[in-house]
Amino acid sequence: MKYVNHKRPSIDGKGLMMGKPGYTDDLAEQGSLIVKVLRSPHAFARIKTIDTSKAEALEGVEIVLTYKDFGRVPVTRAGQGYPEPSPHDKFVLDSYVRHVGDEVAVAAAINKETAEEALKLIDVEYEVFEPVLDYEKAYGNKTIIHPEPEIHEMFPIGLDPKKNVAASYNMHIGDIDKTLAECDTVLETTFRTQAQAHVMMEPHTVNARIDYQGRLVLYSSTQTPFHTRRIVAEALQYPLSKIRVIKPRVGGGFGGKQCVHGEMLVSAVALRTGKPAKMVYTRQEVFESTFSRHPMRFDIKLGAMKDGTLKGMDVKVLSDTGAYGEHALTVFMVAGSKVLPLYNKVDSVRFTGDIVYTNRTPAGAFRGYGAIQGNYALETAVDMLCEKLGMDPVEFRQKNMINEGETSPIFEIMGEGTAGTAMYMETCKLDYCIERGMELIGWKEKYPRKDLGNGKVRGVGMAIAMQGSGIPYIDMGSAMIKLNDDGFFNLIIGATDIGQGSDTILAQIAAESLGVHPDKIVVYSSDSDLTPFDCGAYASSTTYVSGNAVRKAADKMKMMIIEEGAHALEVPVEGTEFDGTDITNGESKISLKDLSNRLYYNEDQKQLIAVDSYVGKKSPPPFMAGFAEVEVDTNTGKVELIDYAAVVDCGTTISPNLARGQVEGGLVQGIGMAMYEDVRYSGSGKMITNNMMTYRIPTRKEIRSLKVEFAESYEESGPYGAKSVGEIGIDTPPAVITNAVYNAVGVRIHSLPITGEKVLMGIMEKRQKGEKQ
Amino acid sequence: MKLKLIVNGENKTFDVKPDEYLLDTLRNNNYVSVRRGCDNTSCGVCTVLVDGKPVASCSYLSLKAEGRNVTTVEGIAEEAAKLAGFFGEEGADQCGFCNPSVALTVYAMKKELKNPTDDEIRSYLVGNLCRCSGYMGQHRAIKAYLEVD
Amino acid sequence: MKIKKYIKAGSVEEAYGILEGNPKAAVVAGGAWLKLLPTEVDEAIDISGLGLDTIEKKGDFLEIGSMVTLRSIETSPEVRALYDGVISDAAEKIMGVTVRNIATIGGTIAGKYGFSDIITPLMTLGTQLEFYKGGSIGLVEFMNEQAKSRDLLLKIRIPVAEGRGFYKTMKITAIDFPILNTAVSYIGGKTVIAVGSRPYKAALAEKAMAYMDTCASQEADCCERAAMTAAAEMKFGSNSRGSAEYRKQLCEAFVREGLQEVKS
Repeated sequence: MKYVNHKRPSIDGKGLMMGKPGYTDDLAEQGSLIVKVLRSPHAFARIKTIDTSKAEALEGVEIVLTYKDFGRVPVTRAGQGYPEPSPHDKFVLDSYVRHVGDEVAVAAAINKETAEEALKLIDVEYEVFEPVLDYEKAYGNKTIIHPEPEIHEMFPIGLDPKKNVAASYNMHIGDIDKTLAECDTVLETTFRTQAQAHVMMEPHTVNARIDYQGRLVLYSSTQTPFHTRRIVAEALQYPLSKIRVIKPRVGGGFGGKQCVHGEMLVSAVALRTGKPAKMVYTRQEVFESTFSRHPMRFDIKLGAMKDGTLKGMDVKVLSDTGAYGEHALTVFMVAGSKVLPLYNKVDSVRFTGDIVYTNRTPAGAFRGYGAIQGNYALETAVDMLCEKLGMDPVEFRQKNMINEGETSPIFEIMGEGTAGTAMYMETCKLDYCIERGMELIGWKEKYPRKDLGNGKVRGVGMAIAMQGSGIPYIDMGSAMIKLNDDGFFNLIIGATDIGQGSDTILAQIAAESLGVHPDKIVVYSSDSDLTPFDCGAYASSTTYVSGNAVRKAADKMKMMIIEEGAHALEVPVEGTEFDGTDITNGESKISLKDLSNRLYYNEDQKQLIAVDSYVGKKSPPPFMAGFAEVEVDTNTGKVELIDYAAVVDCGTTISPNLARGQVEGGLVQGIGMAMYEDVRYSGSGKMITNNMMTYRIPTRKEIRSLKVEFAESYEESGPYGAKSVGEIGIDTPPAVITNAVYNAVGVRIHSLPITGEKVLMGIMEKRQKGEKQ
Repeated sequence: MKLKLIVNGENKTFDVKPDEYLLDTLRNNNYVSVRRGCDNTSCGVCTVLVDGKPVASCSYLSLKAEGRNVTTVEGIAEEAAKLAGFFGEEGADQCGFCNPSVALTVYAMKKELKNPTDDEIRSYLVGNLCRCSGYMGQHRAIKAYLEVD
Repeated sequence: MKIKKYIKAGSVEEAYGILEGNPKAAVVAGGAWLKLLPTEVDEAIDISGLGLDTIEKKGDFLEIGSMVTLRSIETSPEVRALYDGVISDAAEKIMGVTVRNIATIGGTIAGKYGFSDIITPLMTLGTQLEFYKGGSIGLVEFMNEQAKSRDLLLKIRIPVAEGRGFYKTMKITAIDFPILNTAVSYIGGKTVIAVGSRPYKAALAEKAMAYMDTCASQEADCCERAAMTAAAEMKFGSNSRGSAEYRKQLCEAFVREGLQEVKS
């Protein structure tokens, strides 16, 4: 291949490094009204009275809005395909506030100080309720977080607000109780994962203006411009056709921008004042008033025979979706659907549970999207089972894991919010990934541990993982290719570049098909007026779904060029070829450049433009084997990550350097969840870790060695053999590091993150029990 | 109050409030490459150079900078472009939001440290966070950039 | 922090005059942490450019001006030469260079911050503070004072002598505030142990120090028991970074390691 699977720097890399304006706030109109939001100090309360008269009277304040200014239209802020599998349980503004940081009122003024001053002048009297702050006490709690009658599900998802249930799910294959009863060994254990914050460097930002056609034009730092348009239209009861959403450069999302954030309020301000308005979330607002990862409790039972055959998996999950139900059901399902099929030879499986409301910051989409939580639970439980069986953890996986050519009944049963799609693993290089990963980490020499003699012990651990490539029959992407004079192209796509480089790699795919250098393909993306639809940057859909759409459109364009070239040369289409530079048939030749100029100006003038779409018929999983070496200081419990090896099967890497960047970046976020990050609340429901001084993500000094490699793999159904790669990197670190620490010092952490304190307490407990390590 | 600065080699006079920080002064005067990430020194995304030294502009009072040389990434355009090339090679060119601040800190480090070790590079840059790249690609790129010249 | 008026002082006398004359006036040193303070200040006094930013040896002391940045302290060869480079080691652990190029030693000490990495080792070295009005006072004594100082800190003075120093800190990530830190010095036959970020401000482990002074038995034994004494005598608290119990365990481990190190 000429352009695919070749290193290519991202098209915007240089410009952004040099500081060129490109992010949403850089593009705000001069003189935009500054929008500020009054936020609830209470975890659960009702607004008894709210008086905005003093705020409105303040010089420089343009408008102040409360729940009284909006119709009762519940929506979901989750950026998902319509109808959404998330409950419609959020009003633009409501008389109830359901978490500290929830919206109470909005003020827009000529500058930041005035807007902030206006907020102080809004008088609110609250009726404060007893909040639900522990998700393990939410089900059936006497405090009902969503008493309002208007909220609803779009189709049955198990919404039961009277019990504080946002959604629920259950599935089973075979008879799990019977299977477990017949097993030689059953392992039963519990794990808990914490809320994690995305901490993308660019806070959520929106600009809104009314253009000369009276249309609402939004610039938003978003992963889902099209869903945003639809949700804003619905929430504000404003015609879809009068809204345009443009996504500029985005400073990171990771799922935290797969939702509507400030768009509804900023749009309301712009529409009602006729003036441009903007809102930049403060970092505190990003923490408290956007989304975190769903914390989950896993009660897991694994049953095996003494020869190491895994027979049954019984997983019960409780998930905390916080104050609103965005992504509640779908994240929950992925915790099963993108984890359990790893062991496809079992007789029985059960996966059930509830997603409950609590009065905490809502949970939402976050890279991994349930798979990282589920992977931690399953892959740690598997290591525990291996210990019980006396079996080597690598051998166990090699014996029981899914292989190329195989399938799992779970694929058909579990989709994302709905039923799934059966598929066989056309590509699955887990066997190679494990072998190579073992080499890279030095598994044979280092397993299980090495005592360094100075109180420090090293250990190694591993895990396998899978993810997906878009949601079959739901995620759609489309692309347009336009030929310009001078023989260059515009690639016009809905696909949403949020820093992962989709603009770049999609141009590479088009280039490969057309045979032209990617420099001749100018990309424009994510503008609801000018670009065709794309579901957005989530579910690892871009490379596979949007990539296939681009491939199809480029193939069409190539045919058009051949046809027009043949016509211009007055030769039959049959036998006419295009090599990227010239259209030839025998001795006849016309350059693309000449043809393009002719088509614009001289003869048979027409605009060549090709458009096509793609919806996946399956979601071929990328796979990964992760290995880590840790060093534990037995005097302090401190865990240092010495080395991490990750071998990934994502089919063809469209751009090997960008793919590597995706895996490395995902790994470090997974390492953050495994070892350093923890969203914490006070007893009254206030987020303690609501700034970057108290919420710490890994720094350069924590990450000293990551070895990332890709397996040779070619997925036929993907564009030039590619599967997606956006999320797979994040899934393994929690289980891998938990297992490595256990192998080092015999302490197994059952609740993330793995802190020095937890490890030390575990070591001391073991000493007291007099156990030998 | 009036503040006189030299920004990227140009004499500038700005109107500032007594408790205004350099980040706001610069952004309000169109130096949009200087970004707000956390507003409390924890992320490094607001880094500018004051008299050649990297500082967190979100917590540097504007009036303290009176008469000093302030450098934003626009002032080291050539070096930033060079570094961008290496970032592109190593897959470190992701969302770009932290990149100008990293470029400035790397530029200052290049002047301050001769032949820094891996550890020294990490230490010098430890206050410049990146959430996209996982740091490895940036590290490879920075080492390659330092080797040239 | 809100500031009504910003004044660049022309002299130390002028700076002190404004501070003394207006209870709502404050000195702005580096200014790195002002955003954390919810106060409102009438007059903010900038004391840069008053010659308070030098490091120089004067007699038996190394004098560091109050406006010297933490970065300058970290990179100063004169500072690194003292007591196994313990002060430089501590300075290097503080956040990143973008903060250390702003924060000053004067601002750090005047703030008596519990999270400080650098105050802890300074407390083990007989550090003296020099104030404009109040004159000289030991750092240890200053840290124990309850009253808020409205004096101008001009410089710190560290006695220069042969001796050993040790510093250790435990952090979740490299730029985080410490969960706990510990400094141990062994100078002129005397052991000094300071424990900081408990999360409370740094304090001396007097009982442990006394124990070390009198302990006659095998070296390892002394260090071990002194460490246990230090862990028992110091007060610890819990916060989002760690529990009091964990801090206690860290204290014991660090003091033991420190004592073994400086006595070796």
